[in-house]
Amino acid sequence: MADQATFADQAMEFMPSLYAAAMRMTRNSADAEDLVQETYLKAYRGFGGFTEGTNLKAWLYRILTNTFINSYRAKKRRPDETDLDEVEDLYLYRRLGGLEAAQAGRSAEDELMDFFTEGEVKDAIEALPEQFRLAVLLADVEGFSYKEIAEILDIPIGTVMSRLHRGRKALQKKLYEFAVERGLTPRRESTGTDGTGAGDQPAPVLAERASDG
Amino acid sequence: MAERHDHDHSTNCEDALAELYTFLDGELTPERRELIASHIDDCNPCLEVFDFEAELRIVVSQKCREEVPETLRMRIAVQLESMNLLVSPEGLTRSDGRPDPADANG
Repeated sequence: MADQATFADQAMEFMPSLYAAAMRMTRNSADAEDLVQETYLKAYRGFGGFTEGTNLKAWLYRILTNTFINSYRAKKRRPDETDLDEVEDLYLYRRLGGLEAAQAGRSAEDELMDFFTEGEVKDAIEALPEQFRLAVLLADVEGFSYKEIAEILDIPIGTVMSRLHRGRKALQKKLYEFAVERGLTPRRESTGTDGTGAGDQPAPVLAERASDG
Repeated sequence: MAERHDHDHSTNCEDALAELYTFLDGELTPERRELIASHIDDCNPCLEVFDFEAELRIVVSQKCREEVPETLRMRIAVQLESMNLLVSPEGLTRSDGRPDPADANG
């Protein structure tokens, strides 16, 4: 039984991640602000039902998600599981992987971090159909476990896993589309190298990116 | 391609890649986790894939941050504070410093 007087002290620290999630859910700042505010008010009123010592962040996310689903999401419901194309496994790796930039003194990790802009990553997540977007957001952005996501979304763990599986592939495809729209040529197509990597020439995608900033 | 790069390991590339995300999600049993970890230790093509996917995860989470508008933070803080004042009698003594009848006794 949690004491309401201590709610603000415990809950305010989660506002940045709740607000970021609300932005991805509603896709606009006005609704995101309203959603976060409503979440805090509901959470305050319901705080007596929260068990001290359990996962407050997950509890807040459950309220956030339910509030979003009930009040803010687009009116038309999307059909389950039918609105994502099949995407091959390792979609992005096959196109951008094996960057091997470590040879030039930078790690492949740094390259990938510089490769996509914040706007592209946000747009790619926001482009996912809602049920996939929520799962990917909770797992890959917020780091919740399958079990926590199952509780937050009130769905079975198997459903969490299948939404993550398909949502992540769709996210990779979207990210790749952005890279192509930007005019960057992939270093190799899916049947490219033998995987031994380590090109003696820099990957064109990265050379081009590096030159504009 | 990495998944064709089978060695004579107790866990082959196909198994490792099948459990790639479960591994990165930290959801494998300790036994499975150890098997996969020892496979990618020995198998460069798989290691490359795992590194790529792990790094992509970091990129996605780091690039999705937002700054909370100060007005929103204030609005919520004020609202929570005022609700606390309504429910808790001792809240009356933590007022904004203006003279308050409740302060008269102490």
